[in-house]
Amino acid sequence: MMERSSNNNNNNVVELSRVAVSDTHGEDSPYFAGWKAYDENPYDESHNPSGVIQMGLAENQVSFDLLESYLEKKNPEGSMWGSKGAPGFRENALFQDYHGLKSFRQAMASFMQQIRGGKASFDPDRIVLTAGATAANELLTFILADPNDALLVPTPYYPGFDRDLRWRTGVRIVPIHCDSSNHFQITPEALEQAYQTARDSNIRVRGVLITNPSNPLGATVQKKVLENLLDFCVRKNIHLVSDEIYSGSVFHASEFTSVAEIVENIDDVSVKERVHIVYSLSKDLGLPGFRVGTIYSYNDNVVRTARRMSSFTLVSSQTQHMLASMLSDEEFTEKYIRINRERLRRRYETIVEGLKKAGIECLKGNAGLFCWMNLGFLLHTKTKEGELELWDVILKELKLNISPGSSCHCSEYGWFRVCFANMSEKTLDIALERIHEFMDRRRKF
Amino acid sequence: MTRTEPNRSPKSDSENSGNGGGGGTTAMRVIVPLQGVVQGRGGLFLGSVIPCAFFYFLQFYLKRNRKNEPDRNPDSEDSNSGSPDPTRSQSVGNLTELTSLPRSLSRILLSPRISGGAVSVSGRAGFVIKGGDSPYHVGQKRVEEDPYDESGNPDGVIELGSAQNVKFNLEDDWVSENPREVISDGLCMSGIASYEPSHGLMELKMAVAGFMSEATKNSVSFDPSQLVLTSGAASAIEILSFCLADSGNAFLVPTPCSPGYDRDVKWRTGVDLIHVPCRSADNFNISMLVLDRAFYQAKKRGVRIRGIIISNPWNPTGTLLSRENLYALLDFARERNIHIISNEIFAGAVHGEGGGGEFASMAEVVDTEENVDKERVHIIYDLSKDLSFPGLRTAAIYSFNDNVLSASRKLTKLSPVSSPTQHLLVSAISSPKFVQRFVKTNRERLMRIYTELVKGLKELGIECTRSNGGLFCWVDMRGLMSSYSEKGEIELWNKLLKIGKINVIPGSCCHCIEPGWFRVCFSNLSERDVSVVMNRIRKVCESCKSQH
Repeated sequence: MMERSSNNNNNNVVELSRVAVSDTHGEDSPYFAGWKAYDENPYDESHNPSGVIQMGLAENQVSFDLLESYLEKKNPEGSMWGSKGAPGFRENALFQDYHGLKSFRQAMASFMQQIRGGKASFDPDRIVLTAGATAANELLTFILADPNDALLVPTPYYPGFDRDLRWRTGVRIVPIHCDSSNHFQITPEALEQAYQTARDSNIRVRGVLITNPSNPLGATVQKKVLENLLDFCVRKNIHLVSDEIYSGSVFHASEFTSVAEIVENIDDVSVKERVHIVYSLSKDLGLPGFRVGTIYSYNDNVVRTARRMSSFTLVSSQTQHMLASMLSDEEFTEKYIRINRERLRRRYETIVEGLKKAGIECLKGNAGLFCWMNLGFLLHTKTKEGELELWDVILKELKLNISPGSSCHCSEYGWFRVCFANMSEKTLDIALERIHEFMDRRRKF
Repeated sequence: MTRTEPNRSPKSDSENSGNGGGGGTTAMRVIVPLQGVVQGRGGLFLGSVIPCAFFYFLQFYLKRNRKNEPDRNPDSEDSNSGSPDPTRSQSVGNLTELTSLPRSLSRILLSPRISGGAVSVSGRAGFVIKGGDSPYHVGQKRVEEDPYDESGNPDGVIELGSAQNVKFNLEDDWVSENPREVISDGLCMSGIASYEPSHGLMELKMAVAGFMSEATKNSVSFDPSQLVLTSGAASAIEILSFCLADSGNAFLVPTPCSPGYDRDVKWRTGVDLIHVPCRSADNFNISMLVLDRAFYQAKKRGVRIRGIIISNPWNPTGTLLSRENLYALLDFARERNIHIISNEIFAGAVHGEGGGGEFASMAEVVDTEENVDKERVHIIYDLSKDLSFPGLRTAAIYSFNDNVLSASRKLTKLSPVSSPTQHLLVSAISSPKFVQRFVKTNRERLMRIYTELVKGLKELGIECTRSNGGLFCWVDMRGLMSSYSEKGEIELWNKLLKIGKINVIPGSCCHCIEPGWFRVCFSNLSERDVSVVMNRIRKVCESCKSQH
C-alpha cells in the first residue's frame, strides 16, 4: 500500500481522492457543454430572440398550469397544514424518519398505480424515498453490485448514468449495443454478447438496467422484450432494474408495459426478488427542483438496505407533506396524467411533422419529452468526430443546443436527441424555423 | 483484480494446509503437497498455493489480534431484537474488521448469499443487512413504541439518546407570525420547480453563511461561495470522505466520537476509521502524543491516513476545543500532509462559555494564522440541527479548497436539498433580527436545562464532564455498573431503558475505551421534565445498589 506519495509536485500540497479528481462525473461531455453555451446566451422571446434555444434539457413544462391552479384552489394561505396551522408545520419539520411519511408513500404508490392504468399494484412499504432518481439509481447500484462488477445497459442511454452508476460506486457499465435496424430494441443476441464481453474480461455482471420509456429514444420497451429480459436475468441469476421515470409521459397509456405488470403475475419469489423499479416526480410532474425519487423493490433485503442507505439522500418532510395530498387526490391525478399525455403527444407530433417537412426523419417514438432525430445523412464522415462537428455547427449557426448521440454512447453516428417539452409552443416553432432555414441553405449548395 | 471463479473460497485451500492434528501429521500434510514441487505441475501448483494461503491467513490472524482495542458495535439502522447481545456484538465487530480489509478479501469471505433470496446483493449491502442490533437503534425503537408525553403518557420512555433540539419553541412564534412565508413559499411553482444548482441556491447559502457567523459571534465572516449545501450532515460527512480519501485509506478519529461516523464514513466509501482513545484521566482531551502514535502505527501497518475528524463542540462530551488545541491539530495535519474535517454541527448550541472556555471555529483559526495551509481544512455544519427543523434536511460543507468544493458540488447531485425547502429556509433565516434572537434564546435555554440536569445528577452522586456546547452531557455512571466491563455497561444501559425508561447512548456506541460513560441529550427536555428524569435515574440507582 502506498504511503505518503506525492502527486506531480512536491510542495506538500494535500491530495484529494481518486473519486474527487476523476472525470467519471462526465460533466465535461458535450451533453453538458451545450448547456454552458445556452447559459451564456439564452434565448428569450422578447429580449434575446436570436439566443441559444435549449433543446438539450429534458424538462416538462407543458402542464405547469394544471399544478399551479390545483394548488391555488385547494391550498389557499394556511390551509396546507389543515386546522393545525403552525403546530402542524412544526410537527412536520421535526419528522425525520427515513421511512418517509406514510401518507406520502401511499400517495406515491397510488400515483404509480394510476400511471399504469391499475395494471400493477404497489405496496407503500416497498417504497424507499431518495432525493431524486439520480440518487435512486446510484443507491441501487451500491446495493446490487460491488466495485469492479458491471451493470449491462442498453445503448443509447442517458449520459448521466456514467456518473450515477459508476462514479462513487466503482461499478462498470457494459453496453448492450442496439441499432436502428430494429428501432434500437434490445435483442437476445445483443444481451448475450454484452454478457459475454464482460465475462471475457473477468468482470462479474450483477444486473441489467433499462430505462422504460427510453431516454434518449423516446420510445417504450415492448412487452416481449421485457419478458425476454426478465428471462435472461433469471437464467444468469442477476438483477433487473427498470428506470421508469418517464412512465407518466407515454402518449397513449395502452402502449406502455411496466415491468411491474409482468411481475404482478409471477408467484415465484426468486424471480420477483431480482426486479427493482426507479421512479421520480421530476419528469412526469415537471417538479425536478423538488428532488423526489423512489426505489420500489420486490426484494425485502434491498428495501431494508436501501432505506438505511437513504439516510444520505433524504427527501425533506415539508416536500413530502406538500405532495402527499396532491398525489392522493385521484380525481386530480387522473386529469393531470391524461392532459399531460395529450399535450406531450401534440408537441411530439408538431416537432416530428416540422422536421419531416425539412427532410429530417425521427425514430418512431411514443413517449418522453424528446425525439430521436437522424442526421446521419448530413455527416461528412460517419464517425464521432463527424457527429460532433455537426453538433457544433447546429449549436453555433442554428443556436440550438441538442444532444449528440455519442454522448449517449450510441454506436451509430448521426443521431441526436431533441427536447421539446421545456419551452413554449412559440419557441418550438422558432426552433423548427431555424432548422428549415438551415436545411434550405444546405439544399441550395 | 481478475477472478476466474467468483465464488471460490481460499478456505478450501487452508483446509488442505497443515493447520490441524499432531505435529507429525501436520508436518506430513505440509510436506506431501510440497513434494509435488518435484513431482509435476499439479504438485507445483498445490505446493505454491498452500503455503501462500497459509501465510495469508497467518497475516490475517495476526492483524486481528494486533488491533489496540476491539471494535465495538458498528452503528446500524434498524434493530430486530429487543436486547443487544454482547457476544453477538463481538462477532459483528469482527464483521466490521472484515470489511475494512482489502476489497478482494471482503468479496471472497463475505460471500454475499443472503438466505431467502436466490439472487445476491453486494458485499456493501450484505454488511448493512447483517449490521448488529446496536443500542443506538434498539433504544430508538423503544422510544417510538412507547414515547413519553408529560400529560398523555407520563410513564413512557424518555428520549435522551438522539441529539436533536426539538423542544425549542421559538420557531412557533416565527411560524405563527409569518404563516404566509411558511406555507406559501413552498407553493410558488415557477422558479421552484425547475432545476436549480444541486449544491444550493445562492440566496440560501448567503443566509447560512450569515447564520454561521452569528453562531461564531461574528468572529468569522463565512464566504457563501465556499459553501456546498446537501441533504443532511450524514451526506456532508460522506461526501467529504469520498473526496479526501480512497477506499482502503483511513481517517483518525479521537474517541469517544459520534455514533454516526461508522455509517457516514465507512458504509459506502471503503474508508476506515482509526479510533484514537482519549481518557477520563485527561478529561477526555485529545493527547497529541497518542494521536501521533496512532498515526505511525497505522503507517507501519501500511494504512494510509488521509485526515483527522474532530468535532467542536465535541460529540459526545460537549467540550469546546481551545484555540491551542486547534493550532496543535493544524500543525499535526500540516506536518503529516493530511486533511482536517471539523464537524461544527453543534456550533449554534454553545451554551456554557465563560467558565469553560470559548468556542472558536476552525475557520477563525485558519483566518488568523499566517502560514497555515487552508486547503486542508473542511468544516461541516448542520442547519437542521441548530434550527430544530431536522425534517428539513439541510447541511453544509464549508471548505477553503477549490478542488474539494468543485468535486463536492458535483456530488450533491446525489443528495440535493429540495427547492421548496430551500426557499422556506431562506425566509426563515434571512432576517438578522430573528437569527440573533434565535441563537441567544436557544443558548440560554440549553444553559438552563444543562445546569438543572447536572445539579440533579450530582445530588444522586453522579458526575459529568464539563459540557459547554452541544445538546448533551457525558455522564460518569461507572459507580453503578455491576462489573467494570463492556458487559457491565450494556447491563446498566438495559436497566436505564427497562427500569428507568430512559434512552441514553452507552459509551461503547461512541467507541469510548473506558466502559461506564453515557451520553445524555438534554435538548429534548423541558425544565419540568428534568425532575422526572432524575426520579427515573434514582430508581435505577436504587436498583443497582440493592444488587451490589
